[in-house]
Amino acid sequence: MAAPLTLVLVLAVTVRAVLFRSSLAELISERVEVVSPLSAWKRVVEGLALLDLGVSPYSGDVFHETPLIIYLFHFVVDYAEIVFMVTDGITAVALYLAVQNYNRNVFRKQKYALEANRYPPDCLELMRSPKEMFYIPLKVATFYLLNPFTILSCVAKSTCGLNNAVIALFILSTIKGSALLSAIFLALATYQSVYPLTLFAPALLFLLQRLYIPVNPCRSSFWLFTLQYGFMFVGSLLVIICLSFFLLGSWDFIPSVYGFILSVPDLTPNIGLFWYFFAEMFEHFRFFFICVFQINVFFYTIPLSIKLKEHPVFLIFMQIAIISIFKSYPTVGDIALYMAFLPAWSHLYRFLRNIFLVSCVLLACSALFPVLWHLWIYAGSANSNFYYAITLLFNVGQILLVSDYFYAYLRREHHLTQGLYLRRKDGSEATLVLK
Amino acid sequence: MGLLSDPNRRKALTTLLTRLNTPICVVCYLAGIAWFMGLAFEPFTLRTYMSENAMGSTMVEERFPAGERALATGREFAGHKRKAGGMPVDWLVKTMQDRGLEVFTQSFSRTLPFPDENKERYMVRGINVYGILRAPRAPRTEALVLSAPCSPDNSNNQAVGLLLGLAQYFRNQIYWAKDIIFLVNEHDLIGMQAWLEGYHHTNISGMDYTPLQGRAGSIQAALSLELSSDVITSLDLILEGLNGQLPNLDLANLFHAFCQKIGVMCTIQGKLQRSDWDTAEGYTHAVQTMMLMVLKQASGRPWGDHGLFLRYHIEAATVRGVNSFRQYKTDTTTVGRLLEGMFRKLNNLLERLHQSYFFYLMPSLSRFVSIGYYMPAFGLLATILLLRALDLWVQLGTPTEVTEDGVGEVEPPSSPGVLSVLTPVVISHLTGVALYTLPVLSQETAVEHFPVSETEAVVLTAIAIYTAGLALPHNTHRFISGEGTEQGWRVLKLVALLYLAVLLGCTALINFSLGFILAITLVPVAACVTPHLPKAVSALAMVLLSPGCTILYCVFIFQELQEAPVSLSEGWMLFLSVISQGILDHSLFGSLVYPLLALLVYPCWLLLWNILFWK
Repeated sequence: MAAPLTLVLVLAVTVRAVLFRSSLAELISERVEVVSPLSAWKRVVEGLALLDLGVSPYSGDVFHETPLIIYLFHFVVDYAEIVFMVTDGITAVALYLAVQNYNRNVFRKQKYALEANRYPPDCLELMRSPKEMFYIPLKVATFYLLNPFTILSCVAKSTCGLNNAVIALFILSTIKGSALLSAIFLALATYQSVYPLTLFAPALLFLLQRLYIPVNPCRSSFWLFTLQYGFMFVGSLLVIICLSFFLLGSWDFIPSVYGFILSVPDLTPNIGLFWYFFAEMFEHFRFFFICVFQINVFFYTIPLSIKLKEHPVFLIFMQIAIISIFKSYPTVGDIALYMAFLPAWSHLYRFLRNIFLVSCVLLACSALFPVLWHLWIYAGSANSNFYYAITLLFNVGQILLVSDYFYAYLRREHHLTQGLYLRRKDGSEATLVLK
Repeated sequence: MGLLSDPNRRKALTTLLTRLNTPICVVCYLAGIAWFMGLAFEPFTLRTYMSENAMGSTMVEERFPAGERALATGREFAGHKRKAGGMPVDWLVKTMQDRGLEVFTQSFSRTLPFPDENKERYMVRGINVYGILRAPRAPRTEALVLSAPCSPDNSNNQAVGLLLGLAQYFRNQIYWAKDIIFLVNEHDLIGMQAWLEGYHHTNISGMDYTPLQGRAGSIQAALSLELSSDVITSLDLILEGLNGQLPNLDLANLFHAFCQKIGVMCTIQGKLQRSDWDTAEGYTHAVQTMMLMVLKQASGRPWGDHGLFLRYHIEAATVRGVNSFRQYKTDTTTVGRLLEGMFRKLNNLLERLHQSYFFYLMPSLSRFVSIGYYMPAFGLLATILLLRALDLWVQLGTPTEVTEDGVGEVEPPSSPGVLSVLTPVVISHLTGVALYTLPVLSQETAVEHFPVSETEAVVLTAIAIYTAGLALPHNTHRFISGEGTEQGWRVLKLVALLYLAVLLGCTALINFSLGFILAITLVPVAACVTPHLPKAVSALAMVLLSPGCTILYCVFIFQELQEAPVSLSEGWMLFLSVISQGILDHSLFGSLVYPLLALLVYPCWLLLWNILFWK
């Protein structure tokens, strides 16, 4: 399996290298869909210039990346293109290994359950075969590497690629069962962009499941492990933040990075939901609605964790998708990360209901973004409402996609316990309705 | 959300849509065409009204007296032009300086990719002369432009004369709050392009020009004047700019309002407005006017010198004097007064024109159709593509088709290899790239080997590649994946349908007319094509509805609407020149129609062609 993966990697690197050399690279790095005020390479360069001059990079209102990133690029700025390509490669390989491992676990569990006769007899066609599962890791890696969104993001040198790599490594170390590494990568991801904090719950659930500790608040072993993991996470977060402080010599970065993410002062249009809303809003409602909008990302963790506590990996997928939809400065690079997981749920395909509609919507919106941007900014004949309408539609499409997968997953689980052919009490055929 | 989550209702809807697919598509197509034709019917259109407050309510007086003197200046200009054999730069500079303007010149040169046979030019070299009247009343941060082209033949002298006359008159007025730039540009659009790029410090078309020595503020609006006779019968307003962009409707309203105030006959597309909208003739007249606008907009060319201003967010229009055989004549003084009035109103603007519509069609100068009214016509056509795609998706065996909402699905159909779909897509696009790049690149080779001129070489190469594309790709998938399968063409058609829908949708947003015209011809092809049709007949139909033939029909219809019908051979020659003009417009001004057709629409049509010959 290594050969096809290498082939995909080579192909991906070639495409990126060609694009880096073409005149398109500059155009792409200006697109608001691809870079956000947080992740724009232009801003990183500005921060580096300030750092070289001995000024705090956060003294202007331009640079909003974390200190670790700027010190990373302080050393490798000449090889930035290679760094971004390698980062994408690492993400893909991490996702590949993670999904491979996860699938092995899933298959083993299914085998035990089959041997224990735990599935209803008519569910055989829902069983997953090794043949079908064999190519999934490769498909996941391909989906990530050759996704136009990832390619655009990489060519624009958006630092979003680095965040994706950290999250992918976090997923890999979690699935491999290494609590310490998982906590460290989670802390790194949280340090980068705050929102991955919500991934704490699925990671904890996964590790608990792996150690056969039941999720039961009355048991001391549950609390012991939770505290242990929480301590590792908080500890490494503290270490990273203190490291940043010592590197920079000031706490400037806290308001400039986290304040910037949470209070959304930059209303440059992007594919998210924040900019238009807050541009239109009266100033004295701002704080209230900031809270309402930000809570969206964190709030869904609780019900989803309760509902999906047996399926933490799917929960990770859901959480990443929710983050990329509701975060304050989303870019297409964030979307690419959760889209990479879609092949892993290809067995849910038969239960998906709106996949055609959703893919049409996402496709059309992706094409319409630049068109409406052109009409608004260059031709001057359209206005921001046109662009926001497409943004809204794009996000509705994403939400439908995610909820469709959620429904399909639950539905499959339901069939696995209740049997594929449901009967009403009077013996007639029943259909499942989500209301 | 009941429709999306309730399987029974979904099933009912899907069954309805798939069973009634063909009738719904036919109805949609006819409704789309009928809706479009209805747009010209006067009760369905809106009367134009002035939205901009700063121009609507203020009063101005027009007192320009010196029409005769302007004509004399025009004659003098003509004499010097003849003597200099081109733009009489020194005379113009001196005359403008005499009138109290700050005068500057800009020289430019440009080599066309191949000779332009319509205007007989290849290596273009010229000089723009412009004078700036500094605003006495305001801090000179904004400007207006009045331009007149200096054409090589004996036309347009009166326009330059009037421009100089207005400059002299404006100089003596004290109410100007915006700088006024009087520009005489050589080689029409090429000179205008050089001047605009110089003014805005951009260089998008690779032109050589000297930088501008004097600048005024940011340009708010521009008028281009074309006048070739001492008296005129009517003034024609030209709005269509590069890539089908239109100026704000308020500019047209302003022109119309002043024509009515001063009593000048005004036309749009050269068509006078008729009052008998309820008769068949009146309606036909409105349709003709609107169709002319649609065709001009679809061509993506700048139809007057104003066309390039629009790219820089500058509202601009061309006013062209027409001298026909009508009795009622208007002298130059009146035209001067009209322009004075328009400039005084524009001078009152507090911000750029933005209140009124940017997307509109005009069946007459006092009536317009806004985007909300004309988009449904396109929407109905685009719906057909989506309905067909849905139908195919259901046929391809998705959960929607399954009787029990996902449960009890039979064997999932073996999906066709990615390769069998990807190959035609890639090959079609490579053909498109060849069509885009080869004609200009290979002109020298073609001239060496065939007895044709460069221009003919370019056009004929384009047509040859276009035709060769028909033969090339439809066999390829067989070499790669063996005999084409039922599933294979369905997947390919699904891809082509969605591709076409997105493509046409984006085109229609930027340039409605182009999107609509392409939709009229391509949608039936895309909706109907399958490999099971009789080959010869359907191949003929497809070729007749291909993008190239659409251009040919448009040429004939355009000539017909302009009341200058042409014979078949003349039409063919016009068609060839239209293609060469399209390629030239792309390389000179960055018009997008040629790359759009070559790189996207043509490959998309080739995909459909591929489906026809799938087996």
